Amino acid sequence: MSAPETPKKFDLGKFITESQIYKSIFRHGYTTSDRDRALSVMTNVFFHLHPVKVRKSGARFGFTWCAGGLSFFVFLTLVVSGILLMFYYRPTVEHAYNDIMALREHVPFGIMRELHRWGAHAMIITVWLHMFRVFMTGSYKPPREFNWVIGVILLVLTMLLSFTGYLLPWDQLAMWAVTVGSNMARATPFLGHEGPGAALLAIGDIQLVHSGSDVRFALLGGRFVGAGTLLRFYILHCVAIPTAVVVLMSVHFWRIRKDGGISGPL
Amino acid sequence: MTMIKDAVNAFCSPVIIFTASMVCFYLFVRFPRQATSMAVSLPLLGLALAGFAFGLTDDHFRKIITTPDNVPIVGMLFIFLYFTWYAVRKGVINDQRMERGESTIEQTETNEKVLVFPYLIFIEFVMALAYAIVLVVWSIFLKAPLEEPANPTISPNPSKAPWYFLGLQELLVYFDPWIAGVLLPTFIIIGLCAIPYIDRDTDGSGYFSFKKRRAVISTYLFGFWILWVLLIVIGTFMRGPNWNFFGPFEKWDIHKTVPLLNINLSEIIFIKWLGIGLPKLWIVRELPGILLTLGYFMVPPAILAKTKLKSAYQKLGPVRYAVLMMLLLVMVSVPIKMYLRWAFNLKYIVAIPEFFFNI
Ligand code: HEM
Repeated sequence: MSAPETPKKFDLGKFITESQIYKSIFRHGYTTSDRDRALSVMTNVFFHLHPVKVRKSGARFGFTWCAGGLSFFVFLTLVVSGILLMFYYRPTVEHAYNDIMALREHVPFGIMRELHRWGAHAMIITVWLHMFRVFMTGSYKPPREFNWVIGVILLVLTMLLSFTGYLLPWDQLAMWAVTVGSNMARATPFLGHEGPGAALLAIGDIQLVHSGSDVRFALLGGRFVGAGTLLRFYILHCVAIPTAVVVLMSVHFWRIRKDGGISGPL
Repeated sequence: MTMIKDAVNAFCSPVIIFTASMVCFYLFVRFPRQATSMAVSLPLLGLALAGFAFGLTDDHFRKIITTPDNVPIVGMLFIFLYFTWYAVRKGVINDQRMERGESTIEQTETNEKVLVFPYLIFIEFVMALAYAIVLVVWSIFLKAPLEEPANPTISPNPSKAPWYFLGLQELLVYFDPWIAGVLLPTFIIIGLCAIPYIDRDTDGSGYFSFKKRRAVISTYLFGFWILWVLLIVIGTFMRGPNWNFFGPFEKWDIHKTVPLLNINLSEIIFIKWLGIGLPKLWIVRELPGILLTLGYFMVPPAILAKTKLKSAYQKLGPVRYAVLMMLLLVMVSVPIKMYLRWAFNLKYIVAIPEFFFNI
């Protein structure tokens, strides 16, 4: 930084940026030499997800469509709006629907539910789009094979997040969409009670796989979509799947850099 | 107006829509340069928008399109149409540059490095801001749906899964749940994961291109557009009560009846052709179907390895080749089964209800 000059009159900007509080938060000021710009990435934990420099071709909007970055941002907004929803929502059959209703009617400027619901749809779209881009630029090829696989798992988890959340309003739409979706699990080979091969899993006359012991039962916590399902889906939706997603995203981001940054032609 | 609508309704059926989409798709991947040129794509976009605007004048169409949870599908369609066009066009431009002996657009910039701050952070910031604005506006103008409280005794007709699973639900028309709901999703996930282990040429990596990767890109686009998105569109917008098919401007009439005449392969063979009635033993009854299925998965790969795909076979080796063939054949079996249904009312190729095993 340039040598300090004797201030002639009071400069508020300078007063703030040179205060101990400001400097303790933003380790580096907004200056324009390359070294300073590099430092502002390295000394900021959020920017630090990036390398200091990237290939110009890879940083272009026309190349990545920002779809991966946007997926991450959308996820963050969902975490925030989701936490706010959790303040109001109780995952029990007697409260769930009324809590959603109250959210709509009693909470001032109530678009929290909309932000969360439409955000969930948006994330599905951005993740599909990101995958589409990665495919079209051939960016899954070695050495990035495994990051693609992690991406596929993230894709599945994103859809499962959306699916488990769909049940929580506990209205007709929710209950029957989940009923239709989970009915398929009944037909899982060997593991569902109407699946091919399930009848073979028996000891003598005793069926091992029946409607009270198959995968669908495990998923729903009952033979039908009911109170047990609501609790299960709530915990999957708010705790289990997000945790897995965060872990996998960390690996995903870490690997992008270990695989040599955003792909470019050889 | 009503005449046009009636004509569209009468013309629409799953087989027509599916076939027309396949033809468009074929033309697109066969002539990517022409298809993505402004002279072709702008009029097509105009046509699509005009058709959409015309549709919006219809009460039924508007009601379905503006159902809150369906709105994202419409958005997704336009976003993906645009980016498909964009990616293929960039690929075509790069192909032309390479033919002229020039380097690709990405190549010219690949050794140049830019500072992440402010260059990339700026792009990310603008995108985040734009998204935030879109989301807030969207949330203010479109209320999240909330229907009657959940009631296990009244099931809505039709009951639909969330839209991103509707392609699979649509497949329930043609397949049993263990295939549409379990086997095919598993194959999709495995198939996606397998892509980088089968397609390993790194010289097509890191830039948009089309020609060099025509087979790979066409397969992916086919799976995504025809087998995933198109089925979602049919399942969401054109399936009404009892999962009957309805044209885009046709009221969802709960009393519409469609005769069910589907028959199994065993019935076609033993009753229609041989006229001897169904054999008692299921293994005899289903033998033709089982042989047909086994043949489908064994014969084409063996023949192709010696003929058309010889070089691919040599490049991939037996294991990768076998996995690739398996995945491709499963994928192609979906439209095959659909066409068999449309052409012959074929229900199952192999039907062993004794074990819940029907394909
Ligand atoms: C929750 C979902 C996901 C998030 C937040 C995410 C995030 C990101 C980000 C920020 C990048 C950097 C480049 C870019 O923005 O395009 C990236 C790259 C990448 N992603 Fe994802 N991703 C997700 C899902 C996926 C999926 C579904 C796939 C594929 C099936 C995938 C495969 C890849 C690959 C291979 C790269 C490296 C691309 C290159 O080097 O050009 N990701 N991801």
